Amino acid sequence: MRIAVIARVFGILLTVFSLTLLPPIAVSLWYDDDTHSAFVAAFAITLITGLFMWLPVHDLRQDLRTRDGFVVTSLFWLILGSFGALPFIISPQPDLSITDSIFESISGLTTTGATVITGLDSLPPAILYYRQQLQWFGGIGVIVIALAILPMLGIGGMQLYKAEIPGPVKDTKLTPRIAETARALIVIYVILTILCGIGYWWAGMTVFDAVGHAFSTVANGGFSTHDASMGFYAHNRAIMVICILFMFTAAINFGLHFYAFRNKTIKHYWRDSEFRFYVMLILGAGLLISCYLWILNIFSPGNSLLHGFFQVVSISTTAGFASENFSAWPVFLPYALLLLGILGACAGSTSGGIKVVRGMLILKSGLRELNRLVHANAVIPIKINRKIVPNRITDAVWGFFAVYVLSFFILSIIVIATGEDFVTAVTTVASCLSNIGPALGDAASHYGAVNEVAKWFLILAMLMGRLEIFTLLVLLTPAFWRH
Amino acid sequence: MKIVILGAGQVGGSLAEALASERNDIVLVDSDEKTLRELRDRIDIFVVIGHASHPDVLMEAGIEDADILVAVTNNDETNMAACQIAHSLFRVPTKIARVRASSYLQYPELFDNQAIPIDVLISPEQLVSEYIARLMEHPGALQVLDFADGRVQLVTVLAVQGGPLVGHQLRYLREHMPKVDTRVAAIYRRNRPIIPQGDTVIEAGDEVFFIAARADIRAVMSELRRLEHGYKRVIIAGGGNIGLRLANKLENRYSVKIIERSHERCVFLSEELSHTIVLHGSASDQELLLEENIEDTDVFLALTNDDEANIMSSLLAKRLGARKVMTLINNRAYVDLVQGGEIDIAISPQQNTIGSLLTHVRRGDMVNVHSLRRGAAEAIEVVAHGDERTSKVVGKKIEDIDLPEGASIGAIVRETENGSEVLMAHDDVVVQSDDHVIVFLVDRRQTRHVEQLFQVGFGFF
Repeated sequence: MRIAVIARVFGILLTVFSLTLLPPIAVSLWYDDDTHSAFVAAFAITLITGLFMWLPVHDLRQDLRTRDGFVVTSLFWLILGSFGALPFIISPQPDLSITDSIFESISGLTTTGATVITGLDSLPPAILYYRQQLQWFGGIGVIVIALAILPMLGIGGMQLYKAEIPGPVKDTKLTPRIAETARALIVIYVILTILCGIGYWWAGMTVFDAVGHAFSTVANGGFSTHDASMGFYAHNRAIMVICILFMFTAAINFGLHFYAFRNKTIKHYWRDSEFRFYVMLILGAGLLISCYLWILNIFSPGNSLLHGFFQVVSISTTAGFASENFSAWPVFLPYALLLLGILGACAGSTSGGIKVVRGMLILKSGLRELNRLVHANAVIPIKINRKIVPNRITDAVWGFFAVYVLSFFILSIIVIATGEDFVTAVTTVASCLSNIGPALGDAASHYGAVNEVAKWFLILAMLMGRLEIFTLLVLLTPAFWRH
Repeated sequence: MKIVILGAGQVGGSLAEALASERNDIVLVDSDEKTLRELRDRIDIFVVIGHASHPDVLMEAGIEDADILVAVTNNDETNMAACQIAHSLFRVPTKIARVRASSYLQYPELFDNQAIPIDVLISPEQLVSEYIARLMEHPGALQVLDFADGRVQLVTVLAVQGGPLVGHQLRYLREHMPKVDTRVAAIYRRNRPIIPQGDTVIEAGDEVFFIAARADIRAVMSELRRLEHGYKRVIIAGGGNIGLRLANKLENRYSVKIIERSHERCVFLSEELSHTIVLHGSASDQELLLEENIEDTDVFLALTNDDEANIMSSLLAKRLGARKVMTLINNRAYVDLVQGGEIDIAISPQQNTIGSLLTHVRRGDMVNVHSLRRGAAEAIEVVAHGDERTSKVVGKKIEDIDLPEGASIGAIVRETENGSEVLMAHDDVVVQSDDHVIVFLVDRRQTRHVEQLFQVGFGFF
C-alpha cells in the first residue's frame, strides 16, 4: 500500500477539516457560551496533525489508484469521525465520555442522526451548531463517495451508475473524475441547502434553527437542535411541508439533479425508473400509514396525512426526524417505517439503507424466477430504465443483500449479548446499519441508555452502512493487502 | 416506360415479371448470372450482369434515359448508393429503394434530395408486419387491404355454411342490413372470377372480396360466416425483423410470445420488447409448443425466413390445437399448395411489396395498388382529375363509365369540407374531380385501360 500518497490525502483533508471548526468558534463568541476554548483546542490539534502528515510528503506527485479508493473511503469516515469527536471530548458541556463523543461524531458524519445527548434545548449554541454542521459535511462526503467513488469501485452493483456519470470513465486514476463531478455536486448541494434554509426562515424558524435544520435536512441526517426534533415545529405546517420536500429532494439521485442542472430540463426525472418506483413507494406507504392513523383515531384526518407523510418521508429517506413520538404509535407503524428505512431511498443521494434500485433489482429477479417456472424456455432479462442489467450486477446486488442481512444478524446477536433487550438490539442495529437514526425500545428517543460496548458495535454498524459494507470488508481480506 | 431494376431477388424478379407484361422496357441488374439467365429465358427483359451501384454497370443498363430506378438488392447501402449515383450522375426522375435497417428508417429527413435522394422507400418487413397486424384485427378475413389511409378496406373472406347470406342472392344483403353500406367487388368460385350482380347467389366455399368502411367490416363479415371471437393469445415463431416489428405492434393489445432459435437474438428481442415473452428454442419443438399452451393459442404465426420450416411448424401448431395459423411463404409455388388446407393464411411478402412498388410505377395518379390472387387480380385507388371535357370519368354516373371487362368500381372517397366521406359505388353516384376511386380488376391485364380511362386528356393544362 502506498502509505505516502494516502498520508498526503489525509494531511490535506485534516487541514481542510480543521477549518470547519472555525464557524463554531464564531458562533460561540457570538452567543458568548464559553465553549470557544474547546473548539480552539480541537482546531489546533487537527490542524497540527494535518500539517504534520502533509508537510513531509507535500511535494509527492503520485496519483491515487482505484485500489486506494477502498482505503481512502474507509479511512475518511474513521479519521474524520475521530477528530470530529474532539470538541465533544474537550468541551465540559455536554459532559460526554470518549465513546459517546465518537458515537455522536460518527453518527453526525455518516448522517445517521442517532444521538446520545439529552437536554439539547439547554446546550451551548456552538455545540448544537457543530452537530448540525458535522451532518452537513458528512452529506457532502456521502454524495461524492456515492456518485463518484462507489460506482468506480463497483460496490454492490453500483457500477450500474458508472456510465451515467459525466467525465472520463475508463481512467483508473481517481482524481480527474472526482474533482470534476464533485465540484458540480457540491454546488447543487449548497444551492439546495440555501433554498431549504431560506424556506425554514420564511416559514418561521429562527435564523439559528433555520441554518441548523437546513444542514441536517439536506444531508438527510436527522440531528435537531431540540429534543422534540421536528416535533418542536409540528404546529407549523409550512415548516413540516418544507422539511418533507427537501428531505425528498435530497433523497433523489444527485446524478439526476446534476443532469437537470446542466441541461435545464426536468423531464428526465420521470424517465428514471428508480425515481418512479420511489415516488410510488412514498405515495403508497404515506397513504397507507395516514389511513391507519386516521382509522385508529390517533389524529384528525389532516394531521394523519401530515404526520403520516412526514414520518414516511423522514424514515424512508433515512433522515430520521420525528414529528411525533412514533415509537408510541400502534406497533405496526414503527415496524413498517423501519422496514421502509432499511430499504432507504435512491442510490446516489444522501440517504442510507439498501437503496431503492437494489430493492427493485431484487424484486425483479424474484419475479423472473417465478416467470421462469411458468415458461421454462423464456429469455427474461432484468431491465432498469429499459436497458438490460448485466447478470454481473444482479449477482453483485444479491451478494450485497446477503452480506447486509448477515451483518444485521451478527451485529444484532452481539448487541443482545452485551445485555440489551431484543427489541432495542434489533432496531438499533437496523437503524444504524441503514443510517436512519431513531430506533425502538430503550433507544426510542435517544441512545444514551445503550451500554458502552453496544455503542462501539453500533458505531461499526453506522460505518458499515455508510460504506456499503463491502468497502470496509474488503480491507479485512488478506488478498487486498498482498501485492 | 423504361424501368431499371437493381437486384434480381424475389422482389426484383417478381416486379420485373409484373411490369414486363405491361409493355414497359425492363432492365434487370444483378451480379448473379445464373438467376438473370433464368429470368431472361422466362420473361421479356434485358439483363445486365455486374455490381448494381457501379456507374459503368448502370450506364450499360441504360440508366441515362430511364424513367424509374428501383433498387431492391439485398444490401441497404448498395441501394442507397445506387440512388445517389442515379441522382447525381444521371438525373433519374424517380428513384425507389428498399431500405430494411430500422436505424436508417428512424430518420426520414435522411432521404431527401439534399442528402440521400430516394423518392420512395420500400421496407418489405414493415409492409408485411402492417399487413399481418390488419389481419389480426379482423379474425376470419383472408386478406385486409387499406385504401384512403385505412378509412376504406377491401376484405377477402371465405363464405362458410351458416353465414346468413350464404345461399342467397346478393341483393338480400341490402335488405338484411339496411344501415351498412358495402359493395361486393368480386367473387372467386373454384378459382374462377365472377363479376357479382344483384342476383348472384353466394355459395359456401366462395372467396368473396368486399369493400366497406372500416367500422362496417365486422358486420359484413358476419353475413358470410359465423363471427369468430377476437384474438387474444398469439405465438410468433421467428424473431427476425418481421417478427420483432409485429410483436412491437401487437404486444400492447394481445398477449404475445415469440419463439427464436438464436440465444443472442433472444437477448436482443427481450431488450427491445417490454411485454412479450421471449422464448428460446425451435418452433417445431413439440415439447416447447405444448409447454407454452399451444392448444389455447388463437393465432400461430410462422415468420422465419425459411419456407419449409414455417410450413412444418405451422402444420405442427395446427395439429396441436392452435386456432389459426398464418405462415410467411416466399416461394410462390408453395402458396397455392398450402393455403386453405391446414394452413389458414399464407402470407406472401412479395405480393405486398410489389403492390406498393406498382403504385409508383403506374401512370395516372395512383395512391394505392394492391396485387391480389398471386398477381392475377388487382385493386387500385386512383384519383380522378380534370373536368367533364377533359376526363372520361369526372361528371359521369358510375353506370355510364366505360369500364373494361372484369373491372368494377367499389367505392369513392371524397374530401369534403367536414372531413372525408366514403361513398359506396352505386350506379347513380356521380364522380367528381379529386375523388379517390377504388377499382377492382379481375384481370390485371386490364390495368392499362383503367390508366387510360383516368388520364386527363389534352386541354386540361
